[in-house]
Amino acid sequence: MTKRPPRWLAFSVLALGLAALPFLVDLGMGRSWVRLLDLALLYVILALGLNIVVGYAGLLDLGYVAFYALGAYVYAWLASPQFGLHLPFWAVLPLGAMLAALFGVLLGTPTLRLRGDYLAIVTLGFGEIIRIFMNNLNAPVNITNGPQGINLIDPVRLGAFNLSEPHRLFGLTFTGIHLTYYLFLLFTLLVIFVSMRLEDSRIGRAWVAIREDEIAAAATGINTRNLKLLAFAMGATFGGLAGGLFASFQGFISPESFNLMESIMILCMIVLGGMGHIPGVIFGAVVLTLLPEALRYTGDWQRDLFGHVYIDPADLRMLLFGVALVAVMLYRPAGLLPSTRRRREFADAQG
Amino acid sequence: MSALLTVSGVSKTFGGLQALSDVSLQVNAGEIFGLIGPNGAGKTTLFNALTGLYTVDRGEIRLEGVRLDGRKPHEVLKAGLARTFQNIRLFAEMTALENVLVGRHARTRSGVLGAVLRLPATRSEEADSRARAHALLERVGIAQHAQRLAKNLPYGDQRRLEIARALASEPTLLALDEPAAGMNKAERSALRDLLLQLQADGLTLLLIEHDVKLVMGLCSRLAVLDYGVKIAEGTPDVVSRDPKVVAAYLGDEAL
Repeated sequence: MTKRPPRWLAFSVLALGLAALPFLVDLGMGRSWVRLLDLALLYVILALGLNIVVGYAGLLDLGYVAFYALGAYVYAWLASPQFGLHLPFWAVLPLGAMLAALFGVLLGTPTLRLRGDYLAIVTLGFGEIIRIFMNNLNAPVNITNGPQGINLIDPVRLGAFNLSEPHRLFGLTFTGIHLTYYLFLLFTLLVIFVSMRLEDSRIGRAWVAIREDEIAAAATGINTRNLKLLAFAMGATFGGLAGGLFASFQGFISPESFNLMESIMILCMIVLGGMGHIPGVIFGAVVLTLLPEALRYTGDWQRDLFGHVYIDPADLRMLLFGVALVAVMLYRPAGLLPSTRRRREFADAQG
Repeated sequence: MSALLTVSGVSKTFGGLQALSDVSLQVNAGEIFGLIGPNGAGKTTLFNALTGLYTVDRGEIRLEGVRLDGRKPHEVLKAGLARTFQNIRLFAEMTALENVLVGRHARTRSGVLGAVLRLPATRSEEADSRARAHALLERVGIAQHAQRLAKNLPYGDQRRLEIARALASEPTLLALDEPAAGMNKAERSALRDLLLQLQADGLTLLLIEHDVKLVMGLCSRLAVLDYGVKIAEGTPDVVSRDPKVVAAYLGDEAL
């Protein structure tokens, strides 16, 4: 009989792996991939946030990127030369997340009676409104600096420790990108933890009940209005948090980063990975962040294979990406790593 | 006997259709009260009005003296009126146990912070809910299905699960919308025993049912609806001999 390794051992191996990952990637694939790793963690946070709204409560939200934008702009306003404010990140991040949550409730309130396609259209409009506001709020008073965006945003700094500068520790050089990885990893783990605890709770069950049958949920004692608003607010909080981290990491934000395509991409991550299933959502976010980048190498592959680049990798990249999405939806409609719930749902629908 | 539920002068129209007109009735504490009538008589409409799914146009609904009309469904449930549905409405993709746990929602209170931090209060509340949910599954006789998805349960057991979910909210009045619909003979007799047991434990039941035999044997009093109007109320004996009731069921020619 094989004995399962004890839990602490599995956890230590996982922790060591995650800690060593940026260095392994740096050595094996180059620094630009470490940067992508940071971005992948950001998208994990975003996808887990949207998962609460779409995956648990079943509310199709196509304007999720608005909360990401709000978090990013709050960070930029309070920690950049734009208004001459330079508040520390630990004060600014929660503020951004809170403002996003407030807007989550503001978006949720008028849309409480809407479901499915109708809700999707309204939230899509909301996402666009926020982006267009950011694009145009440079006159008469310059708040967002318009399409030029806000530059020179403060990096994360703890006392004298500046996260964007290289540091030497234990004989290893930690560049800003490496340190950002650890910061983002910390927040990602926090968001995963919160998601897991919520899923298996009175609140999480109420969300799923609303998704399954809203009328029965109401007749079973669930205040559907409050719980839907709570889902919007929780999802928006994660979005706002990710926005603040993004602003500090990039040092520059503009409305361009928060377009509809971004919302759709995040939705794709959770649909592709497995809606309502935390490991699936994480997997989907990582795959969809890294896959488009990996496909940039199609030019090199063509040269290796045929000695000549026939199709411009920029064109081929999105084509292959689209084909991959279609293939997954055809052959694994419940997602790459579906929850047991969803897997059964789709099996029944087809059987 | 004391009145638990009082419905007075309730009316409801849908467009030009008068679904309920001036319906009044009274359900006493501890009894099994039947609501019968031909198809389309307004029985389910009355249920929906009672449980806050419809707002009434006129009239008053009181449970233990507390106004229920104009309240939201979750407030009605919290006030002590739980219900089941004619076309079973379980949370299909949740397990039987989870369905009953959702039924505990109104009687529990832990929020986001409690859930994320697993505060002691949340942990004991959750443990209590689970213990009660298991006990309820046991009570309605489907403990063996606790971990199965609601939609994979046999039909009769789905009806039982819906009753367990409603009971989880510790109601004083349980309203059952055609609980025996689609059940076979054995399932019906088991349901009958369950309802009598619930009554013995002090619960008051309000029952819509088509199976006349079941209703006559089970209910202490009945009300009959026809085209949204209450045409009779009383003991099964009296009601079954009422010429208006006979006419409603069999047509005027039968008289």
